[in-house]
Amino acid sequence: MDWEDFYFKILRIRRTEEKIVQLYPTDVVKSPVHLSIGQEFISVAICAALNVDDIAFGTYRSHALFLAKGGDIRAMWAELFGKVGGMARGRAGSMHLGDPAVNMVGTSAIVATSIPNAVGYALAEKIRGSGRIVVAFFGDGATDEGVFHESLNFASLKKLPILFVCENNSYAIYSHVHDRMPAANFIERAAGYLIPGTKVDDGTIDAVYFAARDAIDRVRRGAGPAFLECACSRWLDHVGPGSDVELGYRSLAELESWQRRDEVARVAGMLDESSRRQIERAVDDELADALIFAHESPFPDPTEVERHVFA
Amino acid sequence: MSLPEGAGRSLNYAQAILEGTRQEMERDDNVFVMGLGVDDPKGLHGTTIGLNRLFGADRCFDTPIAEDAMTGVAIGAALNGMRPIHVHQRMDFLMLCMNQLVNVAAKQHYMFAGALKVPMVVRASIGRSWGQGAQHSQAFHSFFMHVPGLRVVCPTTAFDAKGALIAAIRDDNPVMVVEHRMLYALKGIVPLEPYASVIGKARILRPGTDLTIVGVSHMLAECLRAANRLEDIGLSVEVIDPIWLAPLDIDTIAASVARTGRLLVVDNGWTNCGASAEIISQVLEWLPGAAPVVGRMGFLPTPCPTTRVLEEAFYPTGRTIALRAARLCGHGQADTWDPGPVPASEVTEFRGPF
Repeated sequence: MDWEDFYFKILRIRRTEEKIVQLYPTDVVKSPVHLSIGQEFISVAICAALNVDDIAFGTYRSHALFLAKGGDIRAMWAELFGKVGGMARGRAGSMHLGDPAVNMVGTSAIVATSIPNAVGYALAEKIRGSGRIVVAFFGDGATDEGVFHESLNFASLKKLPILFVCENNSYAIYSHVHDRMPAANFIERAAGYLIPGTKVDDGTIDAVYFAARDAIDRVRRGAGPAFLECACSRWLDHVGPGSDVELGYRSLAELESWQRRDEVARVAGMLDESSRRQIERAVDDELADALIFAHESPFPDPTEVERHVFA
Repeated sequence: MSLPEGAGRSLNYAQAILEGTRQEMERDDNVFVMGLGVDDPKGLHGTTIGLNRLFGADRCFDTPIAEDAMTGVAIGAALNGMRPIHVHQRMDFLMLCMNQLVNVAAKQHYMFAGALKVPMVVRASIGRSWGQGAQHSQAFHSFFMHVPGLRVVCPTTAFDAKGALIAAIRDDNPVMVVEHRMLYALKGIVPLEPYASVIGKARILRPGTDLTIVGVSHMLAECLRAANRLEDIGLSVEVIDPIWLAPLDIDTIAASVARTGRLLVVDNGWTNCGASAEIISQVLEWLPGAAPVVGRMGFLPTPCPTTRVLEEAFYPTGRTIALRAARLCGHGQADTWDPGPVPASEVTEFRGPF
């Protein structure tokens, strides 16, 4: 367990998103943002268990995944600002982060939509016998969609090299999982498609990492898909930089029970003070540099709007 | 239906599709065929028959009845460098695929600033109905024409069925190939060697001076029959097959209208917000100051009925097209002329149950 690596990766996500919260009122990020503060540990743990050439598909809440998968933080900030220094020169934005250079090739603003794309990507990997695997990240809300079930069925039928990761924060916007399904039995649902699942409900980065390692071993052996359910809490609002507990749909006590066991703080506690400080300085320096890069990057020329409609 | 292109042999539309698919699968290992029934003994009107035996189950496989996810799977494979051909027995089923086609396939290349591409082909069959009723006969090419990032082609001849499919497979974008069930048995001269249509290029099937008729998909066959009858009353009709609806060869169509001064678009679909509306609008924009006489025909604005007598009223026919064309040309006998029956053997001889 490389706690220093974990701390660097989880802290740079936390600091990046805290900076978004701070800057958002200035309207420098002119697009919806779905923050993952409180959920970062899942992306960090799972990407640490992957090979660099494995592939990740995510959702509109993918700042954490993008950085954990090795995405360029300068390019990410430029993308958030709508600048040409972004991975997609500003045409993707927060909800469509991705970069084929780090094998993150699909995110969608529509719930569950990238799941079958991940399955199709895995189909091609299997046909080629590449040994690479694909991870599909999604939330508990995505399991409401029919396409989730269709995708699991086909992935299992064809024994595809794919790991399904359900980040269960219990809410689809403000709808609790118990208001959306008769039982929050994600693992049993996966088992119905003969996909073995593991539930990690203690909210720790090391538990997710070990569960992911076991699941990935199975997938890479060619035994077919695996499923992980990772319990977590979304500390902030579904969309935007604010808190939402005052809306009354969830209790402060519930939120605080998660905030008391913050993984960023716990991982920091694993380190001696000097290495902790060294990592914090490195994260702060990198973030400052990325912001300068993003601010200095120009906006795209308006003539770019018609580029890349067709290949 | 006569074709200008050189030597070949007689194949029907379904055989031309099968031959084009097989040749592209031989040329490029990344091409594969998926869809409900593609490996069954009937092989979807024969268009996929035997491909599973030739290329194996990895490259021609049946799917669960899960149009939404399977479209997403095809897209994912295309993102990963494969060239899927996803086949649907009815275009009506594409209503279950709209999220993936419109929100993903059409947009990945743009959203990733050119770093990703989706080289997939979606083949879908449409009516004329032969009792297929309201949910097994519909043609939705105009829905897809609306969306930037998608190409749409409606081949009418065996020659174009092969050439358009090969062009679609080789293109790096998602292409919707719309095939008409009444056309599968129609024969034409098809070269043996592989060839790709020019994407976005229409074809003038017969020259004329009094009226331009654009016929989409199977309606082209009815338009050609109508043009023959219109000759009887001295009207010279230019008939154009647009072949590709997106991109649309407006240059060829508008230049024809500039010569004839009249345009009738007969769509194999509803007129409201449809391909006919788009073609006429673009022609008018292309000819500023000119005032061509324009008209359009298509399905009645109703769901498609099942019983034959109502169905016959639902679709334009050679006869109704000829009558409309004569009126549009202001022909002196337009109100009294009876073109007589205009038989369409592919319709009258068609038998199900598929």
